Amino acid sequence: MGRLTEAAAAGSGSRAAGWAGSPPTLLPLSPTSPRCAATMASSDEDGTNGGASEAGEDREAPGERRRLGVLATAWLTFYDIAMTAGWLVLAIAMVRFYMEKGTHRGLYKSIQKTLKFFQTFALLEIVHCLIGIVPTSVIVTGVQVSSRIFMVWLITHSIKPIQNEESVVLFLVAWTVTEITRYSFYTFSLLDHLPYFIKWASPTMPECCYRRYNFFIILYPVGVAGELLTIYAALPHVKKTGMFSIRLPNKYNVSFDYYYFLLITMASYIPLFPQLYFHMLRQRRKVLHGEVIVEKDD
Amino acid sequence: MKHYEILDAKTREKLCFLDKVEPHATIAEIKNLFTKTHPQWYPARQSLRLDPKGKSLKDEDVLQKLPVGTTATLYFRDLGAQISWVTVFLTEYAGPLFIYLLFYFRVPFIYGHKYDFTSSRHTVVHLACICHSFHYIKRLLETLFVHRFSHGTMPLRNIFKNCTYYWGFAAWMAYYINHPLYTPPTYGAQQVKLALAIFVICQLGNFSIHMALRDLRPAGSKTRKIPYPTKNPFTWLFLLVSCPNYTYEVGSWIGFAIMTQCLPVALFSLVGFTQMTIWAKGKHRSYLKEFRDYPPLRMPIIPFLL
Repeated sequence: MGRLTEAAAAGSGSRAAGWAGSPPTLLPLSPTSPRCAATMASSDEDGTNGGASEAGEDREAPGERRRLGVLATAWLTFYDIAMTAGWLVLAIAMVRFYMEKGTHRGLYKSIQKTLKFFQTFALLEIVHCLIGIVPTSVIVTGVQVSSRIFMVWLITHSIKPIQNEESVVLFLVAWTVTEITRYSFYTFSLLDHLPYFIKWASPTMPECCYRRYNFFIILYPVGVAGELLTIYAALPHVKKTGMFSIRLPNKYNVSFDYYYFLLITMASYIPLFPQLYFHMLRQRRKVLHGEVIVEKDD
Repeated sequence: MKHYEILDAKTREKLCFLDKVEPHATIAEIKNLFTKTHPQWYPARQSLRLDPKGKSLKDEDVLQKLPVGTTATLYFRDLGAQISWVTVFLTEYAGPLFIYLLFYFRVPFIYGHKYDFTSSRHTVVHLACICHSFHYIKRLLETLFVHRFSHGTMPLRNIFKNCTYYWGFAAWMAYYINHPLYTPPTYGAQQVKLALAIFVICQLGNFSIHMALRDLRPAGSKTRKIPYPTKNPFTWLFLLVSCPNYTYEVGSWIGFAIMTQCLPVALFSLVGFTQMTIWAKGKHRSYLKEFRDYPPLRMPIIPFLL
């Protein structure tokens, strides 16, 4: 069919992997154009589970965003800046630890409070979707954040023997780089369309876009690998202690085996990861190279 | 006499040109003609519309009444492989009926070998099997003899989704209720009797509503009317609620959950309630849109509340 017109592209929307997002306002612009901000943000699609939340969240373009109140904008800006700062602090702490100690053993323990604070704080993103100040699906954000909370609280926090595994460092690095990129990208998007914002921010937008749509190629598989290896390392301990499990007989006639639950969770990465990864690749081609991909309508 | 061209809604490719179509012809007839040139798109999977992003035209719409010029353009969208509602319903209900019985009779490889084909010593377990089986037999019979469907088909992928849901939950519940280590309800026979009463009343209620809805709509038609209470006391719930069939359905499952005191059953009831609330709200909204004189006291599913 060849290239479609802009109108047709805008109309067809993009429903890959069943994730809903706002229809892309596609334009074949180069990443250096200042309007790149518009395309990037709007073409973004939701995605992810586990792994780096590289596929990230969807924000509308400045031009087509609904009127966001001043309060909402101020809050979101504060939130994005705070999260960028938080993950930066985490990154710096991790680098410093490694430089001082020369090993990854004890690294998790030293940064765990900061990690738990900022990752748990991200639960607010679900609220942002619920009240509508962020135009992303609640379910998608919910899944993303839940998988992070799961890794932090139900795996690394609860299963102490695996805290010194190398795989933990693997996903921590992936998450840190991802989150810094993501939150700084959102911060600049928000700041970019405040009318009195200083011009110097605009040229950095394309840089953010570039990073965001290229880093995930490595970060996403790295993050997923780190997570899966960590869960795998935790299995023997879970089986031995029978933690988080309920056995029969009991008053409510129910049972739960955390060991099998973890096995199923690991298995679920198999269908989910490729879908999300290829989806991000398609988004990347669209956004960075202005290609239009006709997607099969669901 | 008009001419009609059918274009693909996405690519605008000309798919079909129909000349000299009778003005009294309906969309259904157009669909049949279109199938002749494109046999892989049988009528049930065709969506024809006047605007590529607009609403689908109905089969009964008469061409003459459509707002078009001498050559009308219709846009076509493929709805994907379709399957009939009746087929879906029969499959999704037959599964739980059969699966529950496998667990009830403790067929080998489910519980330990020493329990194969044994029977539970708790009365409530036998009662639960009767209730569960009755419920799904009722649903199967209603699908065959009572319900009048407004749509003939639904997308094929729905059958996989629906069957996973029904069959999965049925297996999960049945596993615990029929387990050799099953614990009967805390308050004993009293609890079971009360819960059974709730279950039976709600089953009767649900059936009454289905019959009342059926009588609203003559055979073979797709008309929609406001449902009102009849002489049957169970239908008096229509005074307070738009979809009392869902209300009674939730009630039945709550009764079953109390009777078996089984958490998976409670979870199944909760999920079902959530889905039915979404459906009830949608139905309620359509009623309000379609009928100016819709009774204001009614709520979608729970009287006064939801």
